[in-house]
Amino acid sequence: MGEQSYALEARGIVKVFGNHVALDNVNFGLLPGEVHALLGENGAGKSTLIKILTGAYQPTGGQVLADGVAVTLDNPQHAQKYGIGTVYQEVNLLPNRSVAENLFLGHQPTRFGFVDRRKMERDSREVLRRYGLDLDPASELGAHSVAVQQIVAIARAVELSGKVLILDEPTASLDRNEVERLFEIIRDLKARGLAVVFITHFLDQVFAIADRVTILRNGKLIETRTLDGTTRTDVVRLMLGKDVAFSGATGVEDARPLGEVLLDFKNYGKKRSVHPFNLTIHKGEVVGVAGLLGSGRTEMARIMFGADSADEGTVTVSGKPANISRPTDAIAKGFGFLPEDRKVEGIFGDLSVRENIVIALQGKLGWFSALSRDEQLEIAGRFGESMDIRAASLDMPIKLLSGGNQQRQSCRAGSRPIRHS
Amino acid sequence: MMRRVVSTLASPQLLALAGVLLINWFLFPPFFRITWQDGRLFGSLIDVLNRGAPVAILAIGMAGVIATKGVDLSVGAIMAVAGAVAATMVVAGYPAPVAVIAALAVGLVCGLWNGFLVAVLDIQPIIATLVLMVAGRGIAQLITEGFIVTFTDPLLIFIGTGSFLGLPMAAVIALVLMIVVTMIIRRTALGLFIEAVGVNRAAASLAGIRSRMLLFLVYGLSGFCAAVAGIIVAGDIRGADANNAGLWLELDAILAVVIGGTSLLGGRFSVPLAVVGAIIIQAMNTGILVSGFPPEFNLIVKAGLIFIVLIIQSPLATRLVPVRLTKAEARK
Repeated sequence: MGEQSYALEARGIVKVFGNHVALDNVNFGLLPGEVHALLGENGAGKSTLIKILTGAYQPTGGQVLADGVAVTLDNPQHAQKYGIGTVYQEVNLLPNRSVAENLFLGHQPTRFGFVDRRKMERDSREVLRRYGLDLDPASELGAHSVAVQQIVAIARAVELSGKVLILDEPTASLDRNEVERLFEIIRDLKARGLAVVFITHFLDQVFAIADRVTILRNGKLIETRTLDGTTRTDVVRLMLGKDVAFSGATGVEDARPLGEVLLDFKNYGKKRSVHPFNLTIHKGEVVGVAGLLGSGRTEMARIMFGADSADEGTVTVSGKPANISRPTDAIAKGFGFLPEDRKVEGIFGDLSVRENIVIALQGKLGWFSALSRDEQLEIAGRFGESMDIRAASLDMPIKLLSGGNQQRQSCRAGSRPIRHS
Repeated sequence: MMRRVVSTLASPQLLALAGVLLINWFLFPPFFRITWQDGRLFGSLIDVLNRGAPVAILAIGMAGVIATKGVDLSVGAIMAVAGAVAATMVVAGYPAPVAVIAALAVGLVCGLWNGFLVAVLDIQPIIATLVLMVAGRGIAQLITEGFIVTFTDPLLIFIGTGSFLGLPMAAVIALVLMIVVTMIIRRTALGLFIEAVGVNRAAASLAGIRSRMLLFLVYGLSGFCAAVAGIIVAGDIRGADANNAGLWLELDAILAVVIGGTSLLGGRFSVPLAVVGAIIIQAMNTGILVSGFPPEFNLIVKAGLIFIVLIIQSPLATRLVPVRLTKAEARK
């Protein structure tokens, strides 16, 4: 395994944002015909490294080498010229255009200066067949499942680039069969000599498909090793930097007796979203819900809050049967909800810090008992203090705050039952 | 409260209005002359208020709609429908108050229809209200059977041309409507909710705001305001013209709201400033008329104004201006 044989290599990469060092002297080598998993916790520097390898970021220091030659990648289009193609977690294609157009966008075959649609669709059919897809190239991309779209994205990346394929969490929104199908394609590409970088949070997928693994932690390279002879525990230890007990026993002791039952969900569920579940929550208890991406954690939280309405099962609040089919119902019972994506569902960017804090409480009070400005300031001030929200002024638009401050904000007044009299 | 009034007075909209009025004064020295005649005030300034009233009334309703990230293109057509209803009913012998109430109710129903399309069927507002923009004139023509229905009913004519305490009735109606709507919106939490829905509908519903009901409300209000404006315009010309009543006024109303500082992306809005926007537009129109320029200039000047407003609201300008604020945050 001589150094020259790397299809793509990063040497001593340093990337600094402001005064934060995102990558600190990281080396990364990718061999042709291997699947190389890139692992690390959130914030370890995986995506920064990928963005440097695809030309989206410029490194502060260090070199990127393609086929042993130092290159400067100005942007992702430029990276394609060196054979580097990327597929992101969310499909970055045009769902309202045809499959063929998506495959050939920007590289359409032409005839007398016009797009040769017939050739494009013929070629598309050919390409799709190689990826085990038998679908009409003229059909709209958006009409197909996410898995198919993901494969189309891979096909596009490979056809345009052809040497290195970077897969950034491609399986996050796929189910088990779809993942298996994707893996078959990856194995096929590997057999064709492509170098594949695979980023995921699913360790079992790493062990199912990858040959080697590189582990980052806090922007530093921890180790690159082959997966033969490596155990899951090794990988987790390297990722976290400490030993983790993996055993059947939980090691958690019931430290104190549980309080009275506050919430009791029975056979609660929603068709095509969450299978019925039973969950009892006691006073003073923190219940963690764990599961893989796509396992229904978010959906479960949403129906518990009424953001989606359950179509089966019952819920009792403090022993009394309740109907929670809208967020308003949940808020009236003193529930709070901190959404998964702050920007999309949590904050009102153009409204002030003060208004963002009081809005859920106001939503509970309704239109007519408006909180006066003074009351709003008082509540906002109290919350700002207890949550340690740092804002120059409570009247500035919340979008000017930092992410962490916005997040604290989302735990706004309504999230605990405040008595307002 | 006092501080907010003062900051409104110093707003760019009022400064712009002052600027337009000063230019008018410069081009037409008697612009500010107001005389008392036959128990009412006369003068160019009064004219601005009188002529600007219909668009101001439309802007009152439009402000709420735009704050929810919507737009209501149908208000001009609803004006025609309301005028047609009021005119045909008085001509058919119904008492004028009944005709007025019926016209207002029809306007409200039209607005609620728009609200249904936007809130329940989730159709994009520009398309949803386009339906009634097109169909409304057809409905108005069906009501008037294709004629311009003229009438002599004193109440309707009073609404269009009468005066109250010396001021034109249209301006008085606009003022009262502005105050009532502003009070309802700002003394309750409605305004906050409307802005919240406009900024982030998903977050609003998670915060327990019934966004559907709010959308019904703002579109309903917009339809109602359009009906008021339609009755005024019909009273003014003593007839209902299904083809021309309120023609293109939806665009003036949108412009007025945008001049009033509301972004078409929703969020912060102010009903009084939208009314000021309408007055600015009318002050320019009147200024061009009285100063003897050919009316064709009107359109060019209006386009110029739109251009200036767009530049002021553009991302580039906002990036240049609030630098101070972001710096204060960065220091934290």
